[in-house]
Amino acid sequence: MDNSSLWNDAYRRLIQNKAAMIGGLILILLIFCAILAPLIAPYSYSYQDLNLGASKPSWDHLLGTDVMGRDLLSRILYGARISLMVGFVATGVALVIGVSWGIIAGYFGGRVDSIMMRIVDVLYGLPFIIFIILLMVIFGRNLWLLFGAIGAVEWLTMARIVRGQVIGLKNQEFVLAAQAMGVSNMSMFRKHLFPNILGPIAVYATLTIPQVMLLESFLSFLGLGIQPPMSSWGTLIKDGVESMEEYSWLLIYPGLTFTITLFALNFFGDGLRDALDPKTSSD
Amino acid sequence: MLLIFLKRVLAAIPVLIIVASLTFFFVRLAPGGPFDSDRAVSQEVLINLQEAYNLNAPLSEQYFDYMSGVLVGDFGPSFRYPGRSVSEMIFTGLPVTLELAVYAILIALCVGIFSGVLAALKRNTFLDFIPMAIAMIGICVPTFLMGPLLVLIFGINLELLPVSGWDNLPGDKILPSITLGFAYAAYIARLSRGGMLEILGQDFIRTARAKGLSERVVVTKHAMQGGLIPVVSFLGPAVAGLLAGSFVVETIFQIPGLGRFYVEAAFNRDYTMILGTTIFFSAMIVFFNLLSDMAVMLFNPRARD
Amino acid sequence: MSKNYLNLFLCLIFITSCGDNISPVDSGLENQIFHFGNGSEPQGLDPHIVTGVPEHHILIALCEGLTSSNPKGGEPLPGMAESWTISEDGRVYTFNINQNAKWSNGDKVIADDFVWSWNRVLTPSLGSQYTDMLYYVEGAQDFYDGKINDFSKVGVKALDDNTLEVVLKNPTPFFLGLLSHYSTWPVHKETVLKHGSIDDRNGQWTRPGNFVCNGPMQLKTWELNNKIVVEKNPFYWDAEMVKLNEIHYYPVTNVMTEDRMFRAGQLHSTYTVPAQKCPVYIEEGNPNLSIDPYMGTYFYRTNTLHPVLKDKKVRKALAYSINRKQIVDKVSQCGQKPAFSFTPPGANGYQPKTEIPYDIELAKNLLAEAGYPNGEGFPVLEILFNTSEDHRKIALAVQQMWQANLGISVELVNMDWKVYLSRESSGDFQISRAGWIGDYEDPNTFLDLPMPGRGNNKTGWVNREYEKLVNQANQTLDQEKRYDLFRQAESILIDELPVIPIYTYVRQIQLSPDVKGWDSNYLDHHHPKYIYLERD
Repeated sequence: MDNSSLWNDAYRRLIQNKAAMIGGLILILLIFCAILAPLIAPYSYSYQDLNLGASKPSWDHLLGTDVMGRDLLSRILYGARISLMVGFVATGVALVIGVSWGIIAGYFGGRVDSIMMRIVDVLYGLPFIIFIILLMVIFGRNLWLLFGAIGAVEWLTMARIVRGQVIGLKNQEFVLAAQAMGVSNMSMFRKHLFPNILGPIAVYATLTIPQVMLLESFLSFLGLGIQPPMSSWGTLIKDGVESMEEYSWLLIYPGLTFTITLFALNFFGDGLRDALDPKTSSD
Repeated sequence: MLLIFLKRVLAAIPVLIIVASLTFFFVRLAPGGPFDSDRAVSQEVLINLQEAYNLNAPLSEQYFDYMSGVLVGDFGPSFRYPGRSVSEMIFTGLPVTLELAVYAILIALCVGIFSGVLAALKRNTFLDFIPMAIAMIGICVPTFLMGPLLVLIFGINLELLPVSGWDNLPGDKILPSITLGFAYAAYIARLSRGGMLEILGQDFIRTARAKGLSERVVVTKHAMQGGLIPVVSFLGPAVAGLLAGSFVVETIFQIPGLGRFYVEAAFNRDYTMILGTTIFFSAMIVFFNLLSDMAVMLFNPRARD
Repeated sequence: MSKNYLNLFLCLIFITSCGDNISPVDSGLENQIFHFGNGSEPQGLDPHIVTGVPEHHILIALCEGLTSSNPKGGEPLPGMAESWTISEDGRVYTFNINQNAKWSNGDKVIADDFVWSWNRVLTPSLGSQYTDMLYYVEGAQDFYDGKINDFSKVGVKALDDNTLEVVLKNPTPFFLGLLSHYSTWPVHKETVLKHGSIDDRNGQWTRPGNFVCNGPMQLKTWELNNKIVVEKNPFYWDAEMVKLNEIHYYPVTNVMTEDRMFRAGQLHSTYTVPAQKCPVYIEEGNPNLSIDPYMGTYFYRTNTLHPVLKDKKVRKALAYSINRKQIVDKVSQCGQKPAFSFTPPGANGYQPKTEIPYDIELAKNLLAEAGYPNGEGFPVLEILFNTSEDHRKIALAVQQMWQANLGISVELVNMDWKVYLSRESSGDFQISRAGWIGDYEDPNTFLDLPMPGRGNNKTGWVNREYEKLVNQANQTLDQEKRYDLFRQAESILIDELPVIPIYTYVRQIQLSPDVKGWDSNYLDHHHPKYIYLERD
């Protein structure tokens, strides 16, 4: 099978999927907004108007202001930078480690599997809060550590799920046939196992992204990651929840942005999976 | 099967020892000690306090003392709550958290698998879109929003249910169980839909259908067995995560469970309590992961080595 | 399957909603049961070991010291001691123990109980954290430090069963006030010894069933992290005065949960009010909102050993460019008062005379004199605070004020509580948020803090003149002269500004109108014997 035609096919299928295309467009738009935030945001994320305080949406502040009199629209736009980056990078880290760990453990089985999965068990068991505080003491508080810390935690479940799938696949005929043909381990992983577990991976990845975005707000509680006055969607939502009865717009707009992003991501992710998966092409 | 089970149980022992040892040294490295408070403790008092808990002894001696205690089931006294032993606190919090987790997991499984399987069978119809949209919203709405929201609606506006507590007032267990269960139901729905779609596209299902088996048999006997594997492998970490992660729900609803002890111990730097709860939770995690691995093998005979 | 489940749930909801819908607050009114939101799970109930405010709320119901706090504030009232005399030189106190004072098991309270209890507090291996409350007693510190081994050399003696004599190191005009602090309260010797040794931190005597003490209430049940129930103690000397039958203490850590519990009628009083709710409740005139003055100061510590902050002019510039009025009106928004002195005004009649102007021009000039005209060349400093919405908002406002008024930028660093504490006490900070609540009603509880060598100073500030004035004040018997010396010390402090006061605290809670006898006082001590429930 020619590789390029495979990709062309996938691309064609993706283009034809309307939901996926709309999702993709929204994502691209959001990424542009995030990159261009300093240009398009009406105010700075830190600009306060204490005398104004929390105000409802108006022409001056399209989405209203928070209790410190800061423009919510601007804070959501700037927050997109942190949250999208955390969502994609940290999930990416978790995916890369988790998938390779899970495939190797599941495929080789036996002692390799047993040792690798016991390492996962140990890491699961360590107290997360203490772990983060220690990391901060050792490495200081930078954004990369934030990605690393989240990725380091999230890959564990990924690894378990992938391993479970691979174990299910490895005694199937096509894998056995490939083995008989003497396919190298690397191409076994890439060509035979990976495409077949893409579905669950895609689903789990779309589940991980929102989790990671919210986890970030907990880490900023511990002092890791973004510091005030910088904003992120996680912290905006957390603040919004606390004052949802008084200033509902502080929860509604960040929450809506978050939800729309996840829907877009989800449609795009599903479309991508369908496009890449040769089996579902006939549906 | 039994042999594999016993092997895994044996393998859990080094895991727990490593977790305990790492945690033992980690907590002592973390800045801030158990006796720091905003009213500064004088040097003399601090020395006496550390003396009382044998914290002035060489680290290796403390380590061996602690580990030999653990072997005979003694997790030491809590530093934060004088007069309480760690074991006592774990066993007061455990039944509450377990009960909460059982309710939540039941809700999550029933709602999640039902809507996930339905969505997969009725792919690209409204029966697919609507449950999946709700599941997506369920994933977007974090517990710390879901809890207060339910409380405001059912507790404060409708005055139907108590807003907090566990076993204090009639009906106070309903809202926390739903809150915790809902988050996991959404995950399970998505995972089971994905897994089912994967399986439904495979040849042996087409063969089964071609053989003229009824749709019900095809789905329950053949498809669900393989299609729910992702759910089953997720369930192990999920149950363990449910126990540790019930912290948020326990705080929102003022429930005296283990999750609060676990998290508060870390914030209080209550060394023995951190260690005790960590060892305990690790044991739970290992155990539930083991169970879910066993279940995967049962579901999928081909997974047996 | 899931349909059945749904039905089951609907049934459950109906059953519960059809059941009796009487809220705990309503049923409490009938049975005189007070439902009390108490912040967090107490560390324990041993008055010699625990520290903290939630512990105080429970212990004030369970145990009683020689004096008891006055519900209106000011001079303490008789407690275990029905009367006392003070010698001319102010150093010898003679307490007459109330003949009717009994422990909750019926035993008589005798003078020796106090001697033994103070011996216990001062036993080093117990690890009590409030030993310094007793250091005013002659020989107490020497005993704790091991310089004396014989406790009978310490200045506390039982002359007979009903007479206790206390000899102090120096005349200490606030000594009676100290006695309202639980670390000076007695414990029942036989009970403590039955469940452990004198220095046993983990003794089981504080458990329900074992617990014996001498307060208006006694311990009934204690469910960890759920609630503590205390009931009327029939042996209390003033039992006729006690109208409440029970108090239920709920350790509600989440302030939003507590707010909802109060609104649903599950609590009579809360521990605090969520910051974002306070202005809303004030505006809508919520009758449940209760805001009382509180003897506490919110301030910023400056690290005076830092190369830039060691210059007094810089510290002044920082302090003079904070708009305190705007902070209390627009940020904290709960009735707090701008602070222009370190000691809150009105502490037992003490009025500080210091001023901290909000003067941008002056602040700019000071900063220029220090070598940073218009903030040029000023390094980026950090404001350290423990993670909390309230502290974050104030830090944001201060950050903006310094940026706008002085042209300097600072970074905000939030840390979890213990990391914050360890960085603050090891001097690993530049500017850090802090708060101080008075232990007793006297300016000394504040002015002692910035003294050289005190553990709570943390700023590295050493001023011998200040130290001399405070020490001198504490050896002066005449209250007017004494306050005069304190005022002089306070002016030095506010001129040097190792601490930058921001506002004076208030005690903001939600309190059901059913609660009667809840008087306001500066230390927020509410003795349960004056409290009862009645609906107007």
